[in-house]
Amino acid sequence: MWAILSIRVENKPGILFKVTHLFRSRNFNIDSISVGVMENPEFSKMTITTVGTEKQIAQIVKQLDKMIDTIEVKRLDEKESVYRELVLFKIKLGGASDSTKISNVANTYGAKIHDGHKDSIIVELTSTPDQINAFEESMKPFGILDSARTGVTALQGN
Amino acid sequence: MVNMNGGKALMKALEKEGVKEVFGLPGGANLPMYDELYKSDIRHILVRHEQSAAHMADGFGRVSRKPGVCFATSGPGATNLLTGIATAQADSAPMVAVTGQVPVKMIGRDAFQESDIIGMSNPSVKYAFQPRKPEEIPEVVKKGFYIAETGRPGPVLLDIPKDVQQNEAEMTFPEEVRVPGYHPWTDVDMINIERAVELLLSSEKPIILAGGGTIISSAFAELQSIAEMLMIPVVTTFKGKGAFPENHPLSLGPIGMHGHAEANKIMTEVDCVLAIGTRFSDRSVGTFEEFERNLKIIHMDVDPAEIGKNQTTQVAVVGDVKASLRVMIKSLLKKALKKSEGNQWLDHVNEVKDYWRENLKLHPGEMSAAKILRKLREVLPKESIVTTEVGQHQMWASLFFDAIHPGTFFSSTGLGTMGWGFPAAIGAKVARPDVPVVDIAGDGSFNMTENSLATSVLEDIPVIVFLVNNFSLGMVAQWQRTFYEKRMIGIDLKKCPDYVKLAESYGAQGIRAQSLDELEKAIKTGLSSNVTTVIDIPIDPEEDVLPFVAPGTSLKEMILPS
Repeated sequence: MWAILSIRVENKPGILFKVTHLFRSRNFNIDSISVGVMENPEFSKMTITTVGTEKQIAQIVKQLDKMIDTIEVKRLDEKESVYRELVLFKIKLGGASDSTKISNVANTYGAKIHDGHKDSIIVELTSTPDQINAFEESMKPFGILDSARTGVTALQGN
Repeated sequence: MVNMNGGKALMKALEKEGVKEVFGLPGGANLPMYDELYKSDIRHILVRHEQSAAHMADGFGRVSRKPGVCFATSGPGATNLLTGIATAQADSAPMVAVTGQVPVKMIGRDAFQESDIIGMSNPSVKYAFQPRKPEEIPEVVKKGFYIAETGRPGPVLLDIPKDVQQNEAEMTFPEEVRVPGYHPWTDVDMINIERAVELLLSSEKPIILAGGGTIISSAFAELQSIAEMLMIPVVTTFKGKGAFPENHPLSLGPIGMHGHAEANKIMTEVDCVLAIGTRFSDRSVGTFEEFERNLKIIHMDVDPAEIGKNQTTQVAVVGDVKASLRVMIKSLLKKALKKSEGNQWLDHVNEVKDYWRENLKLHPGEMSAAKILRKLREVLPKESIVTTEVGQHQMWASLFFDAIHPGTFFSSTGLGTMGWGFPAAIGAKVARPDVPVVDIAGDGSFNMTENSLATSVLEDIPVIVFLVNNFSLGMVAQWQRTFYEKRMIGIDLKKCPDYVKLAESYGAQGIRAQSLDELEKAIKTGLSSNVTTVIDIPIDPEEDVLPFVAPGTSLKEMILPS
């Protein structure tokens, strides 16, 4: 089972360490993590995706809630939430027509092109993790030289 | 607002929390706070190793239910405290540990005696503060005590850089503090208490399992009322020993790895358990899956994260267990309860209890574990406080030493820290100088913190060390005999040291007891002395602790003496 956890914490040094340490010491996994300061700079929002059984995820939420530095811990409902991840791929420019071919594929995913480099091109996509995985597969034939993903960030509508 | 240095603010803030004693050892990075301790009215109790300071604060905290305070310097001083801090965390004991740290500008530069104690202690503290400015001290002390003693208690670390102790600032001492992410109190859960009552009344073979939370919440009277109203038997976890009088007709004693035979037998037959303030440790329940088979669990606990962690519960009642039990009593008073006559379940429980109390095979020697511990119980006043070390003697204490008065039995049950019992006894005696305090010890464990004899003698804090001496690391030896085909390694302590001479060298009283008569005399001598007494009691090194539920097995698979 995949779960998106949205955690509001005090914006203080050392809290990211404590949250990740909790996952490690309780034998839970972090799939992805993204952190940013909130509109009120006293707080930061951490979005963590994790995989576990229903019982394990319930226990993670309780243990996170018990942490004194966490103000609010929510397990987001996937259907009611907008969740996105940003990816950057550096793609090899091999043949003369590669640039056009890459642009065409990128356009079908709604990805942005950052060109102007001699031997490579950087493509940027913001989407769901599934879409990003699919995009990655379609970029592989060109040769992915490097990549960076932000991890999921999410908000629930209701 | 008043101008003062950080060290003085620390002492003032501690005094405002009612602190009268601190256990500690000075060093380079906490000299400024010691200089202010010198000028304050707080008593300093000098230890010979920081681990003992933490255990003393722990023992003080468990007995007084107020955080015990320990001081250590940075680096090795702080890391030496760590075992004691982790012990307090595992057993939910209130503690405030104050460490010195290198000056703020030196942090992160691998300075002399620098250790990242905030990082190292993270999973073993309830919370940790590192004030970076002197004016933060009054607030972090207030918050530290609030967090340590409320909800599920635990250790709080204050790591104070040397310059923060030294520098002056305008200080404000808050009367109240707010910790936004901390909600130790919940309202009493009326709905689930009602559901719990229904479930208890509709079950045929109910039992109460009282854990350490019952003692922390001092819900002794409430627990006894409910047991007597419903006429249902009471077992405890090992940490819950002392939650319910073990001479009470409804008491079956502790369950678990070295639980009472009757308690483990009955526990496997019940259909409903009211579990109060327990985290269902593997040492108490055996295998989780087997424990909950055919069993409806009502779980009362102050910590919501304990619900469902190890066992699946039918009804969860989150909140202070004393408050919850009071509501439960009111609810029960409104209902017509079954009379105790014709209570077939209780009759059966009593039959099983009587059988095992008469037929459990015991070691035949005069100085067997059962005989010496029953002798101690016979001679020791009921209100005395008992601590234990960790090992065979600890489990024999669980089996053969009845805790009768509420909250008079304490042990390192979670972390299982050898060397805990003696310094904890000293801390307990500081909290309760009016009652005798006895550390039921083994030689291996006592060895680890025996230098606390210096503290005990020089600070005039007399306790009795009841040293069950099998000249070996007995529990390890038992496991090697049982699980490793008697390949004995690393367990023989070779009668070294001589504990009578050792005690005497520290200025304590050392007595060797080789018969039950000598033992009785020695205990009486200890009780009437105003100096710490070490009673060295040689026993058979081959005696095992039985019954025994082997690790990874269920209570049903209990090994009995043959």
